[in-house]
Order: sequence, then structure tokens, then C-alpha cells
Amino acid sequence: MTPFRFKRPSIIPGFGMTLGFTLAYLALIVLIPLAGLVWRSAALGWEGFFNVAIDPRTVNAMKISFGTSFIAALVNVVFGVIVAWVLVRYRFPGRRIIDAIVDLPFALPTAVAGIALTALYAKNGWIGKWLEPLGIKVAFTPLGIVIALIFIGLPFVVRTVQPVMEEIRKEVEEAAATLGATRFQTITRVLLPGLQPAILTGFALAFARAVGEYGSVIFIAGNLPYVSEIAPLLIVIRLEEFDYAGATAIATIMLSISFLMLLVINLIQAWSRRRYGYGT
Amino acid sequence: MEVRVSGVRKEFDRFPALHDVSLDINSGELIALLGPSGSGKTTLLRLIAGLETPTDGKVFFGDEDASLKSVQERNVGFVFQHYALFRHMTVIDNVGFGLKVRPGANRPSKEEIRRRSSELLDFVQLSGLEKRYPAQLSGGQRQRVALARAMAIEPRVLLLDEPFGALDAKVRKELRRWLREIHDKTQHTTVFVTHDQDEALELADRVVVMSQGKIEQVGTPDEVYDRPNSPFVYSFIGESSSLDVSIQSGTIHLGDKALDLKSEQADGKGVLYFRPHDVELLGGSEARISGVVIASRRVGATRRVELEIDGTESRVEIEIPADHPAKVGSPLAFLPKHWRVFGKSA
Repeated sequence: MTPFRFKRPSIIPGFGMTLGFTLAYLALIVLIPLAGLVWRSAALGWEGFFNVAIDPRTVNAMKISFGTSFIAALVNVVFGVIVAWVLVRYRFPGRRIIDAIVDLPFALPTAVAGIALTALYAKNGWIGKWLEPLGIKVAFTPLGIVIALIFIGLPFVVRTVQPVMEEIRKEVEEAAATLGATRFQTITRVLLPGLQPAILTGFALAFARAVGEYGSVIFIAGNLPYVSEIAPLLIVIRLEEFDYAGATAIATIMLSISFLMLLVINLIQAWSRRRYGYGT
Repeated sequence: MEVRVSGVRKEFDRFPALHDVSLDINSGELIALLGPSGSGKTTLLRLIAGLETPTDGKVFFGDEDASLKSVQERNVGFVFQHYALFRHMTVIDNVGFGLKVRPGANRPSKEEIRRRSSELLDFVQLSGLEKRYPAQLSGGQRQRVALARAMAIEPRVLLLDEPFGALDAKVRKELRRWLREIHDKTQHTTVFVTHDQDEALELADRVVVMSQGKIEQVGTPDEVYDRPNSPFVYSFIGESSSLDVSIQSGTIHLGDKALDLKSEQADGKGVLYFRPHDVELLGGSEARISGVVIASRRVGATRRVELEIDGTESRVEIEIPADHPAKVGSPLAFLPKHWRVFGKSA
């Protein structure tokens, strides 16, 4: 292996310049604000920071935020893959419309979604009034949060899985069939494992998006401390109390957890990509 | 396993892809379906496999009607042009897949699957690559894995769809010889699709020439090359030259001139087909096909000349020895040694 040299002749020149730009841009847009956040929370000192971190209200908000996001992302993986499958595999009237509808949660102001969902799932709402007698409460409970997060996360899974699914050749399925695999075996042993990296990416995106979601959730969650209060809301509450250090401390904790989880997902992805020979 | 295709017709959205095709494939035979694209050869192969269902007609494996069976039940080994390997599985897992998905009672043990898979990899000369993923193999290696995978299920018939179509010329030739060796060792009944006549003639015991959804001719490579039974086969396999002629009382006439060629066909117009290299140069012009050389090219060991036939504007190509003195402008006369006249349709 040749030692790395910064400058060397290349048919794709401009490495130095574009790398410089990338680093400067990332620093300006991402790193400096995040560093400011951490800096601000440092004002609390270790002890103060620790107190915020173990405050039951913070802990519960974290649990609710990450828990509901995780569940919503899982649900999105299952149904997002099915939606992508239908869009890729079947030709039916209205397919293009459905394809466009998938993107709506991207475009809609999330507060609008929150209000609409709350109206639907409230005790007297269209759906809520049927669930109420069954003892299922959606609005103003963690279940409501999950539903709002499913709504905003769906396009992430569909849009990451769809293009990879389109690339699967029909022959691969036919090959499995000639080898005696049933339809179920073909799906579970041939198709899904091949989609795994894309599904993981979709999961990570939907999860990350859900953790940061604020607008739609606060309408449907009811925001009861310890029960249905999400971490981003708690940050806003602290800000309104002019407790900037407290707010940034919670933000820093969220940031660390999110970063760790995304890192783990990335590692799994890198591993599965290598395994499936995508990188080679 | 004998395979019998009986009166099979296939339409795709009212567009006919196969018209009433019947074919008997003998057990242990290596048979080629040869034809230009759109001739229905792949459709026929897929019908045998069960990947398509016939609009009409039946497919028999031995005495058993396979048309009623699903792909899974037919137990055929199918090899695709673009390999269709499972990219997330190692080579050895690809080969063992067909055994692993068998229902519990028929499924060999894990060790047995592993043993048989590595035996097959050994057989296709890929031992040592068990742990690789398909993306890490060359095209030729991938196709060998695909063949090993197809053979692992102990198929009743092996079906190969343009197996060498995606490979470069050199690898293609190697694999051609190799496939013949494999076939001679295993004696699987094998059907392969190709549009490459060299491949079909070199490899197959019998060649099925197809055109526009019909079988034109079935025969050994010698038969289809030496005795083509239709204008299509004449022009599709090997090289051919043709001339418009007429038959008058058992003799072939070129224009008004009676040639020294007899035909038992009824009087009428026809087209004379012959191989450019299968001609006899003769002196004089009486009762011969005679003309003037208008172009001459050296092709390998021989010389190929284009003649403009006397008294007509038609041109034919023939091959003459490289040391023949004929030049552009000089007269030349010949008669084909083997030939056929086909009645002119319409």
C-alpha cells in the first residue's frame, strides 16, 4: 500500500478543495452549534449536570422519547416495507397517487398533522369514539405519541427501501422457486436479507426523525410530566423557565444517546454491507 | 428423464410467443434451442421449467404430466443468463440453498448439505471459494456457482437460459467445453438456450432451430447444417447464398437457361439455396451458373468473390481457392455441390 499523500495526480481532481469546503461547512452548520450547546450545559458543572440527568422528570422524558421513537420506527419498518413492496411490485390504477401520498408527511407542517391526529383520536373523534368503548385511549397517552411518530417517519422507510427493492431482479425469485423454495421461504430467506441494509437505513432515519419530533407530538401527547412528556418538550419548558443551562443539559444528553444509537446502527450497516459484498 | 412438450401454445396479452410447439427430448440428451431473439426459445425453456404456464398444451416429464405441477414441485435446475445468485449468501450457502429449503422430512442434515455443497463446488472447480460472496467472483465463476446450485437439488432436467450470454468470448469458449465435460460425466438431461450457432453446433447432441414461435427444424448439428429444411435454417445456420430460379419439367432454370441441376419438385418459381464454400468451379457457361466477378476478398484460407449473374442483376457470393486467378471483371462459372430449392411463397 502506498503511503497517503495529500496531493497526488488524480483523474478526479479537487479533493483538497472539496474536503476543505466540506469540513468548513460541517463545522459551521453542525459542529459549532452543537459545541455551543455542550459549552452552555457545562455551566452547570459536573454535579449540576448529573442532577439534571438523574432527575426523574428528565429520565422519564428520555424514556418516553426514545421508547416511543423506537416502537414507531419498528412499526414503520414493517408497514413501510409492505407499502414499498406494493408500490414496486404491482401496477394498479392510482399507484402514482399513493406514491405521492407517501411523501405528504415530509411536506406537511407537523403541527397540522398533530392537530389532525388529535381530532381523529380524541374521545369524540372519528376513530377515537370507536376505540373508547374498547378501553383504548390514544390521544393524550404515549400511544398517541407513537401514532404521531409513525405518521412522520413512514416516508423515510418507504423511500430508502423502495429503490433497493426496485433493483431486485425477478430472476432471483425465480431461481429460489426453481430450487424448491416456497413463497414464504423466498421472502424470508432471499428477499428480506437482501434488503436488510436498506431497511436498517430506513429504520435509523425514521428513528432519528422521531426522536427530534416536536410539533405533531405536543398536540396529541397531552404532555403529562412522567407519563407523556417528551424530551424536546421538556427542553422547551426549561427554556421558558429561563433555565438555559438545564435545557442545554437535557439537549446534550439527548444528543449523546442519539449519536451513540446512530453510530451503532452505522456499524451494523457497515458490517452487513461488507458481508453482503456491496462494498467490494 | 425424458421431457415431452406436446402442442404447447403461449400467448402474452394476446401476442403469440409460441404456436403449437411439440418436442421430444431424450433422457440424458444435451439439446440446444437455437434462434434469433423473439423466436420463443426462452419462452419454451421457461414453460418446461414451469416459470410460465402454457395457454394450451402440455409438458410431460417421463409419463407424468408436469403441466399440473408448480415450479417448486417440478424439480428442475434452472441457470439464468445473469446468474441470479443470492448476493447475501456465501458461495457454499448459495449451492446448498435448494437442499436447505426442503421440507423437514426430505431435508438432509446440516453436515450432509455442507458436504454435498462442497463436493459440487469441487466438481465445478471452485473449491477454496466457499466463503466468498457472489460479488467477489468473476462472471465465469458466478455462472459455475449457479450451475452447482442448480445441480445440488438433483434435478430431473437441467435448463440453461443463455448461460454464457453475459460472458466474454474467451471465458465463453472455456465454459462451453467445460459444460460438455460436466454433461458427459453427469448425464443430466440438459436443455440450453442460445442465439449463438457455434455454441449450439459445438455443444449439443441435437439442435432445435426456432423462428417466430415455431420450431423450424430439429436434428443433429450435422443434419441442421448439411440438410437445412427451410430457407430460414439455411440462412440462419452457417452461410448461404440464394438465387431466384424456376423449375421446368424437373430441371432447374436460371432465367431461360437450363442448369445441370435436377429437381423433383413441381414446376414453378423457387429459390435455390447453397453454401458459398460448397461449389464446384467449372469451365464454359452452358448449364452452369455463370457471371462476372465484381468483388473479391481474401477470407482466411480462401477467397470470397461476389458474382453478378449473366443476364440478371442478382448477385451471389461463392468461395474459391485463394490461388484462383479470377479477378474483378473476369467471368466465372460454377455449380453448387449440395443445394436445395424451396418453392417461393407468394
